[in-house]
Amino acid sequence: MSDISAIPAAAPHSSLHRQSARTKKRNAAEKRFQVYGMMAVGFGLLALVVLLASILGNGLSSFRQTHVVLPVELSEARLDKSGERDIEAIKKVSTFGYAPLIKDALARGMEESGIAIEGLDEKDAGEIISKEAPAQIRDFVIANPDLIGTTQEFRLLANGRIDGYFKGRVSMESAALDSNVSPAQLQLAEALKEAGLLTTGFNRDFITAPDASDQRPEAAGLGVAILGSLYMMLVVLVLALPIGVAASIYLEEFAPKNRWTDLIEVNISNLAAVPSIVFGILGLAIFINFAGLPQSAPIVGGLVLTLMTLPTIIIATRASLKSVPPSIRDAALGVGASKMQAVFHHVLPLAAPGILTGTIIGLAQALGETAPLLLIGMVAFVKEFPGAPPEGFFDPASALPVQIYNWTQRADPAFVERASGAIIVLLVFLVVMNTIAVILRRRFERRW
Amino acid sequence: MSLVKLSVSALAVAAASATAAAARDQVQVAGSSTVLPYAAIVAEAFGENFDFPTPVVESGGSSAGLKKFCEGLGENTIDIANASRQIREKEIKACAENGVTDIIEVRIGYDGIVFASDINGNSFAFTPEDWYKALAAEHYVDGALVKNELTTWDQVNPDLPAQPIQAFIPGTKHGTREVFEEKVILQGCEDGGYMQAMLDGGVDEDMAEEKCMAIRTDGRSVDIDGDYTETLARIESNKDGIGVFGLSFYENNTDKLQVATMTGVVPSTETISTGEYPVSRPLFFYVKKAHIGVIPGLKEYAEFFVADEIAGPDGPLAEYGLVADPDLATTQATIADENVMNGGS
Repeated sequence: MSDISAIPAAAPHSSLHRQSARTKKRNAAEKRFQVYGMMAVGFGLLALVVLLASILGNGLSSFRQTHVVLPVELSEARLDKSGERDIEAIKKVSTFGYAPLIKDALARGMEESGIAIEGLDEKDAGEIISKEAPAQIRDFVIANPDLIGTTQEFRLLANGRIDGYFKGRVSMESAALDSNVSPAQLQLAEALKEAGLLTTGFNRDFITAPDASDQRPEAAGLGVAILGSLYMMLVVLVLALPIGVAASIYLEEFAPKNRWTDLIEVNISNLAAVPSIVFGILGLAIFINFAGLPQSAPIVGGLVLTLMTLPTIIIATRASLKSVPPSIRDAALGVGASKMQAVFHHVLPLAAPGILTGTIIGLAQALGETAPLLLIGMVAFVKEFPGAPPEGFFDPASALPVQIYNWTQRADPAFVERASGAIIVLLVFLVVMNTIAVILRRRFERRW
Repeated sequence: MSLVKLSVSALAVAAASATAAAARDQVQVAGSSTVLPYAAIVAEAFGENFDFPTPVVESGGSSAGLKKFCEGLGENTIDIANASRQIREKEIKACAENGVTDIIEVRIGYDGIVFASDINGNSFAFTPEDWYKALAAEHYVDGALVKNELTTWDQVNPDLPAQPIQAFIPGTKHGTREVFEEKVILQGCEDGGYMQAMLDGGVDEDMAEEKCMAIRTDGRSVDIDGDYTETLARIESNKDGIGVFGLSFYENNTDKLQVATMTGVVPSTETISTGEYPVSRPLFFYVKKAHIGVIPGLKEYAEFFVADEIAGPDGPLAEYGLVADPDLATTQATIADENVMNGGS
């Protein structure tokens, strides 16, 4: 509040039992500082709580999904006119040819359950089932052509708007204004639920299914993105860990200390601070345009993220090598070990927890990175799962942060929920990785 | 299935060393973010119904897509560029320099651009002239340019509600901005006779056009560089705002937005296809002819995209908001015959 000059002249006799004005002032200043500190921490926590609350509030519902269970007649007249069960002929019937089957099945289901909604024609009623459903049935028929002509029970996705109704995102009032859903359709959904044909349950497909187009938010999942991210992390781990550790061991234990190593050291620190998009530009120029690697492939993403993660790993590894006391090295050398034996038998094992922690934190950083992937064609609509490695590394794939970015851009409000759900999945991965890093450090770290 | 893949991939870590890349077997597409949802819908249906894998569709904008398209031929270049505008002469030249000479142009339909505001706010009936008067940086009054001082819509046009002017328009990197400037602002400038007044006042034509299209920068008009979801968020936080959207975006959010009429016409796929609603533009994609036969499924994908059951008036694209091209048969023939632009070389 006031500075030193404002203090009245100090009392001539000071006592240890009585706090002087100056001491009081200093103690007050300390208290104030503590309050500021707590306010800063409180502000940080508040921001975290607001962020988590909004993400969880928006996203948790994406782990639940509404399905309609219907017996569908796989009519021979529609699916296999020739009756010969020739697979090529069956494949000729496109998903457009399957849509009427579902409409009929729903109409029959409504009739059997005695559901009649005023002002709802058969076409509008059919729209409460996802556009993904014909593809689901077609895949089933192609896999089991001998079941044509029978009636099978299917668990079909409900349309995103209907799903949203049971999650509280869509209401009767908003449906009256919405051109994609009508209150009558919601009434039908309500009636189907009462009849037990419509259920809401855990949404496993959200984790395992691939992305879906803008018309089918209810079918969109993270499968390809999770697999793509996993592939990239494998590439990063396999490349960045050995290269990073080898570089740091050489720099820390063997390299002479001169101007060149100083220069390298400064450059590594600088590299760690380079914005990630720069690595994307580099990746496009070198890996795709020069080396001719395919676009949108996890191998290129992994290589780019390796470049980005290397400095982090080198810095962490060097720090943990440095923290191993010189007495260990001296003792090893003293009993006749070579320098390499001293490093690999004694120093490296002691530094390993620190190295692993640094690597995991580097990987976690790489996992959440989007910008460099933008330039190498990974920010894309990818529906096809990449194959098993090693070929799968060259197939197009998406990545978790990319999927979040893509979904936030879509027009259908149902994708807001999906994007928040994807953020939760990404956060879970990050928390798990960071927890492993902390546990490793706690369990194996030695202090001298 | 993916769980199996996950475990298989975990086991194969050791074998993850460099292996020769297999030949590409899926179509790769990049370009306009306006065309992206349509392309994704088609790609998905294509993957479902054909034995070819689902094409990979990247977004990033028309210009970025065409730049990638023109980088050359070969498996590590894209096969198709989506664009919300026609390819430019400059781009055709850049393509030719890199060996991309035979380009097939495919018009998939039309996209409407609509003006929408908060559902609970006032309703608007605009004319292009209103937009020009509200958003122009300077007005031409009695032989001199005067700074635009209008602050509410009723000052622009007494028939409009007394609501502060606050517009959210696409940023300059969007293809939509170009259409907005040409079909709304410039049109309004001409309709209201301001253009003529400037020409009569001795201003040369290029200058007059430039002045017509200059948008005010005093905060009444805000450029949105993100996508329509950002525009929507801006309107939700500022209820006086009026945003520029694609028709399909509006149709997916009719419970939050109300659409304004333009010269008395309500935008819809019908009014846009008849040409009554004035603010629309064609959407395209461009195919490398040299890749047909090399990349499996490329021609089939292009044909499937413009098939009647997809791009026709009753297809899924129209349902999502694309205005079907009445001349679709010509486009289908173009692909079937692999007709390249400019007669080819």
